[in-house]
Amino acid sequence: MNVVTPFEGIGASVKRKEDLRFLSGRGQYTDDINRPGQAHAYILRSPHAHARIKGVDTAAAAAMPGVAAIYTSADLAAIGGIPCGWQIHNKDGTPMAEPKHPVLAEGKVRHVGDPVAVVVAETRQQARDAAEHIHVDYEVLPASVTMAQAQAPGAPAVHDDNPSNLCYDWHIGDKAATDAAFAAAAHTVVFETTNNRLVPNAMEPRAAIGDYDTTTGEHTLYTTSQNPHVIRLLMGAFVLQIPESKLRVVAPDVGGGFGSKIYHYAEEAIVTWAAAKLGRPVKWTADRSESFMSDAHGRDHISRAELALDAEGKFLGLRVHTQANMGAYLSTFAPCVPTYLYATLLAGVYSTPAIYAEVKAVFTNTVPVDAYRGAGRPEATYLLERLVDVAAKQTGFDKVELRRRNFIPTDAFPYQTPVALQYDSGDYFSTLEQALETAGWATFEQRRAEAKARGRLRGIGISTYLEACGIAPSAVVGSLGARAGLYEVGTIRVHPTGSVTVLTGTHSHGQGHETTFAQLIADKLGVSIANVDIVHGDTAKIPFGMGTYGSRSLAVGGSAMDKAMDKIIAKGKRIAAHLMEASVEDVEFERGTFRVAGTDKTKSLTDISLAAYVPHNYPIDEIEPGLEETAFYDPKNFTYPGGCHIAEVEIEIETGEVRMVNFTAVDDVGRVINPMIVEGQVQGGVAQGIGQALLEGCVYDSHGQLISASMMDYTMPRADDLAPVSVATHTTLCTHNPLGVKGCGEVGAIGSPPAVINAVVDALRDYDISHVEMPATQEKIWSIIHGKR
Amino acid sequence: MYDFAYHKPSSVADAVKLLAADPDAKAVSGGHTLLPALKHRLNKPSSLVDLSGIAEMRGVRREGNALIIGALTRHHEVANSEEVKSAIPALAYMAQHIGDQQVRNRGTLGGSVSNNDPAADYPAAVLGLGATIHTSKRKIAADDFFLGMFTTALEHDEILVAVEFPIPEKAGYAKMRNPASRYVMAGAFVSKGPKGVRVAINGAAACVFRQSEMEAALSSNWSADAVAGIKQPADDLNSDIHGSAEYRAHLVTVMAKRAVAAAG
Ligand SMILES: Cc1cc2nc3c(=O)[nH]c(=O)nc-3n(C[C@H](O)[C@H](O)[C@H](O)COP(=O)(O)OP(=O)(O)OC[C@H]3O[C@@H](n4cnc5c(N)ncnc54)[C@H](O)[C@@H]3O)c2cc1C
Repeated sequence: MNVVTPFEGIGASVKRKEDLRFLSGRGQYTDDINRPGQAHAYILRSPHAHARIKGVDTAAAAAMPGVAAIYTSADLAAIGGIPCGWQIHNKDGTPMAEPKHPVLAEGKVRHVGDPVAVVVAETRQQARDAAEHIHVDYEVLPASVTMAQAQAPGAPAVHDDNPSNLCYDWHIGDKAATDAAFAAAAHTVVFETTNNRLVPNAMEPRAAIGDYDTTTGEHTLYTTSQNPHVIRLLMGAFVLQIPESKLRVVAPDVGGGFGSKIYHYAEEAIVTWAAAKLGRPVKWTADRSESFMSDAHGRDHISRAELALDAEGKFLGLRVHTQANMGAYLSTFAPCVPTYLYATLLAGVYSTPAIYAEVKAVFTNTVPVDAYRGAGRPEATYLLERLVDVAAKQTGFDKVELRRRNFIPTDAFPYQTPVALQYDSGDYFSTLEQALETAGWATFEQRRAEAKARGRLRGIGISTYLEACGIAPSAVVGSLGARAGLYEVGTIRVHPTGSVTVLTGTHSHGQGHETTFAQLIADKLGVSIANVDIVHGDTAKIPFGMGTYGSRSLAVGGSAMDKAMDKIIAKGKRIAAHLMEASVEDVEFERGTFRVAGTDKTKSLTDISLAAYVPHNYPIDEIEPGLEETAFYDPKNFTYPGGCHIAEVEIEIETGEVRMVNFTAVDDVGRVINPMIVEGQVQGGVAQGIGQALLEGCVYDSHGQLISASMMDYTMPRADDLAPVSVATHTTLCTHNPLGVKGCGEVGAIGSPPAVINAVVDALRDYDISHVEMPATQEKIWSIIHGKR
Repeated sequence: MYDFAYHKPSSVADAVKLLAADPDAKAVSGGHTLLPALKHRLNKPSSLVDLSGIAEMRGVRREGNALIIGALTRHHEVANSEEVKSAIPALAYMAQHIGDQQVRNRGTLGGSVSNNDPAADYPAAVLGLGATIHTSKRKIAADDFFLGMFTTALEHDEILVAVEFPIPEKAGYAKMRNPASRYVMAGAFVSKGPKGVRVAINGAAACVFRQSEMEAALSSNWSADAVAGIKQPADDLNSDIHGSAEYRAHLVTVMAKRAVAAAG
């Protein structure tokens, strides 16, 4: 048998193929691309949170050296606004408020960073110099900075035609059943919290280059995107009215996205449009300060949750009211984050029979908020897992036992929750037990006593979580308001000599797809991963695709590849049958070898591919030459990774500093293709979760100025802020995709924040508090310890 | 960054001439403070006078009971200098804990002291050791040098050439970093030596300052306990999203205690 040695297939921790390129500085990122004759764009942004634009005088700027053009919204009158990809309906069935999101501000600016004008010049410096000479006459208006301000009577309207600042008022679940559960409860527990706003901060800032071929009328956009086809669809169809055939979108190497590079941004439309207008390529690259005020932010919820329990601690009902900040405009997927990616997750791993959730989405004079690693699921998990700890404390049940008592039993799958989702598989008991064991839960009190002797308060916290990813069944999301399908596309091209090129509609920006996907091919087709190339990120090469987010690439994109490989094998069998003079039914295939069952007659995949491309001895009347197949895969359900995270922290009594000392993650991500990559993905996610819990917080002042506008003030987690993260997996297979995979990209960021805060609260058990808001900064903790609040 | 002329003199005298000739010229040493400011367009010098080619401004030497450290000496060099480590270990420790390795490889003593960032480390060591600033014109006592936020006694055409640190009997440094920038949120540099007992506080206020109540307490009883009960008034301290004035005031006491303990 043609088994690849050493084994590189499913389950092998092979090193990432792409890392040589990345680690030796030879990646090719958007800003590394320079087109002949390229000009540079600089975006003049609003310094105000809210102001009326009474006039824009560009005359002095236009006369500056090197300036090719200056554009304001007046020049863009013919082009559309930036579309939103998801429509939510209110409780009363009416559609959400969907104000226009102009490419450049029209009449008003609505957040600090809102683009007002564009200068195109020979160099970036010249463009920026000229922009300083644009005079914008602003009439500064009072701003609705917080959600409370925005909803107060007479609040400044972010959009003049929507004085309520309400985007939607939505609900899910059975209110009457939930009310009845509360009426019958032995205990009710209330928990209120804010889920802090985060700034994504991918290592590579956003960039875009527009290029236009005046001879063919073809537009090319190079952009830092997680999903080039989606950008082509949104920008081509809704903003610039360019047919797909004339618009190529290339997303080359991308240095991290975490969600912030899913969305269609104004700058992409600006450079594409300006390149055609000027007949020369136009490049824009954000600097870090621009990223802070123009990349979509994440999270930002205010919630109240109530839990009803019976006398034995069984959860009877859950009631949640959440306000979600949309920022000033609707970013591409913003409306679905606090609804279908959040409220549908409120059952968590528990068999709570009745759940009712209301969500109000609110416009404010802040940067738009959209999906950020985990998107909605971290917010749901945090609310629920803190609530369970609060409930344990209030009712006296042991916090682990309370969780165990309410877990969905392992034999209850498929399990229908009261909030729409149907979980296909899971085993929350095993991940819990394994994590408790690894983390040394039983011996914690010794460690706490030992820390106390050193002047430190040690705490341990747990979170048993679940998430829904692998998004998503197109028909389901369509019925919920999505304006796109969420299938994925894979093409397997077996070349004449047996090497393989895979075209995928997903996009890798740090996830290691070039390796993981090659392993799928190695495992099934028996081709060494060195001979498998993964191509992504170019609409001119790839048939179609919806990109990478929501931990969907393997579950949906990988499944498409698997389906395409099935077609390759089916065709290969017919060719092999011809070559071996056997009937097709008798031909078997395993890892690169076609065999006539029960005989030693074999043909290799290379024999077959050669015959397919050099069809001399070939059933040409029955089968087309060539060996290339494409599959579109639409998932039947979401996938449901879950598991248990345990955090251990120490607090310095004198200063309030919190130190992570240990972190244990035991996750069920379905079948594991590359354990090393899974470990890396979980560790990265946990780092972001610890960042949210302890360090990161986006702060606006009362005028809507962004205070945490650079890394001098926004605390990104550094390596020494973290702790050793022990990662293990416990697998139950996904039952509805061919690979049995669930996804691992977001679990770290979803499961970890409540584990960390539960640990902080536990460390402070001698003080009379029930909660510490994220980020649990040292001054907050110090204030608690020293009785300052 | 705006355009500027660039000069690289090889003597202090030439550098001073260049600065004197142009009121909008600026000296640059490691550039780790000035260049980020230029990139953000917060500063618009007409010319930069790069001091890095001036040999007489480099190096660490011992003269009698003092260390003389050239203004161009980088944080990394101070941290790793055998001379500094044996004479004033607290100074080497302080230098080793500035920023990160890249910063320490570029940032200089002269740049840091001339800049007098309220959240910088060096000013605390200079004031806390009672050092003397050697400039192209004169010698200035540390007590007369740091005038306010980003303000020193240096004149426009005056270059900081070296700093003379008297070797103390004991010295120690402790700081709490701002979690985001990792600059100082509150720090204390304490010493006991030829300049008496000195306690310099950085990070907490608009400018590094001496904590006289702590100095008095330590003069009669050199121990961490002696400062533990002394409360720094919060009135004039900095307040920001990372630490209120009240929290910083608390940290001043904690850092002073730790600095004394470190000094031994
Ligand atoms: C990421 C980062 C983190 C940092 N963290 C810290 C930290 O934790 N603690 C800390 O203390 N510092 C920190 N710094 C600042 C660093 O130590 C600076 O480099 C230092 O403060 C200035 O030294 P420089 O040689 O780079 O000065 P430059 O940037 O070259 O100059 C700074 C200023 O001093 C003037 N100047 C320079 N040399 C002279 C001279 N000889 N005579 C007169 N004027 C002069 C310049 O005109 C300019 O105004 C950090 C910097 C960065 C970029």
